[in-house]
Amino acid sequence: METATKHTEENKQTLKNEVVVDIDHISKSFGTNEVLTDISLKLKRGENVVVLGKSGQGKSVTIQCIVGLLTPDKGTVKVFGDDVAEMDADELKELRTMVGFLFQSGALYDSMTVRDNLEFPLTRVLKLTDRAEIDKRVEEVLDGVGLLDAIDKMPSDLSGGMRKRAGLARTMIVRPEIMLYDEPTTGLDPITSREISELILNMQKKYKTSSIIITHDMECAKITADRVVIMNEGTYIAEGSFDELKKSEDTLVRSFFNETT
Amino acid sequence: MAEQVITGYKRWLEGIGEQGVFFKNFFRNIFRGGFEWSEFVRQCYEIGYRSMLLVGITSFIMGLVLILQLRPSMLEMGAESMLPKTLAVSFIREIGPVIIAIICAGKVASGIGAELGSMKVTEQIDAMEVSGANPLQYLVVTRILATSLMIPLLTVIGDAIGLFGGYLALNFTDDISFSLYFHKCIASLEFIDLFPALVKTVFFGFAIGFVGCYKGYNSNKGTESVGLAANSAVVTASLWIFVIDAIAVQITSLLFYR
Ligand SMILES: Nc1ncnc2c1ncn2[C@@H]1O[C@H](COP(=O)(O)OP(=O)(O)OP(=O)(O)O)[C@@H](O)[C@H]1O
Ligand SMILES: [Mg+2]
Repeated sequence: METATKHTEENKQTLKNEVVVDIDHISKSFGTNEVLTDISLKLKRGENVVVLGKSGQGKSVTIQCIVGLLTPDKGTVKVFGDDVAEMDADELKELRTMVGFLFQSGALYDSMTVRDNLEFPLTRVLKLTDRAEIDKRVEEVLDGVGLLDAIDKMPSDLSGGMRKRAGLARTMIVRPEIMLYDEPTTGLDPITSREISELILNMQKKYKTSSIIITHDMECAKITADRVVIMNEGTYIAEGSFDELKKSEDTLVRSFFNETT
Repeated sequence: MAEQVITGYKRWLEGIGEQGVFFKNFFRNIFRGGFEWSEFVRQCYEIGYRSMLLVGITSFIMGLVLILQLRPSMLEMGAESMLPKTLAVSFIREIGPVIIAIICAGKVASGIGAELGSMKVTEQIDAMEVSGANPLQYLVVTRILATSLMIPLLTVIGDAIGLFGGYLALNFTDDISFSLYFHKCIASLEFIDLFPALVKTVFFGFAIGFVGCYKGYNSNKGTESVGLAANSAVVTASLWIFVIDAIAVQITSLLFYR
């Protein structure tokens, strides 16, 4: 994908306001189940957008469209200005190396230890060969999520929260330009949750990552969000900063914020 | 009713098309750079070594039982001295390869189907794909090549164990020295007994790996689909083994018995 690489090169020097992910009026149905009706979202460089919404509204489906795991029925998704639907296999692969995707389930490869899980993208995708460099990056990122002790454990020996953090570490280790987090803090205790939220914030600061964060955790939203969108019945019903939405009169919007206020 | 039949047919044809695409992708990914050697070796170990005991026991019993079953009628015909030859030819040409392939379809194809199926359900395959790595190369190519290599190897070992089982059975009643038995077996075998049998086991191995991978890789995302993938992998692979066997016998007789 020469064009996209070229874009990113250009982008680095230019506009801060440049849009890296442009979702333009997409809709998606599975059989008769109409999941997304009309979704539009522009993610700017270096920005954290938090997506809130009830369970089963299609939040995960939306971000799967960004990396080409699902194709929208209508509308387009552009990443770095290129239409995802029109990419061939090699272009898609190159796109995916620039986009990190944290699965809701963590999706650790359960035939490998945590260390091998983390090495996998380093050796297969970034094609690193320097042993010392690989070890350093693995340990650094595991330390970040507080899992250094579990480095040689198998995923089946980890708790749910640990698996989630290991999945997060595996996504972060390649330092992608865009991160898509699907519920990064769900199932974690409040303290770890806060640490993870701060880690996400840190990624943004350190590597200028642009992120879409799907969450139900208002504390995480509060810490990480530059902008919040709320999703209901396949479309976005509200958008604004965390504090703006908190003051909203809309009952549905309010219901998200009630628990914390 | 008619509609159901038609959609059934359509599904079936679509399935064939999908398998064609899967085969093409598999083939293309073999020659892409970055062959996954360590995963390939691990799979060879998992598939080959871990099936050894099962294959050994089955082959041993088959050899033993065949001799015991054959003996009375051979005795009647006064062809008792033909027993080692009969066993060797039938075992190596047909019984060994097919029985061992069927056993491995049950163990290996279902194992691969279930493993890849559960990787699909838990989004591991998606995660691999989304990370920019190549799941086909890592998961599918290694497994299919491993079965294509290990099933022939297991068959060779199984054949040897089966013949040994036959030897023990002969010794229940007769007294035949091992070297004589061995000599009788080996002397009775010709190139056309060994070579086509070995070639067909490569195809058996391929079918086992391919079907297991295809069923697992393309399973749905529900939990029940893991079981379905494993189950249909066994059924389809077994069916393929018999079909390949039938084709192989035709080709062999065309090529060698003219
Ligand atoms: N691959 C798929 N095939 C068929 N239906 C799907 C698929 N993926 C998602 N769906 C359906 O899409 C709807 C939205 O699912 P999605 O996972 O996006 O919800 P969500 O907003 O992420 O919910 P949660 O907060 O519980 O994760 C669900 O009804 C689900 O059944
Ligand atoms: Mg979800």
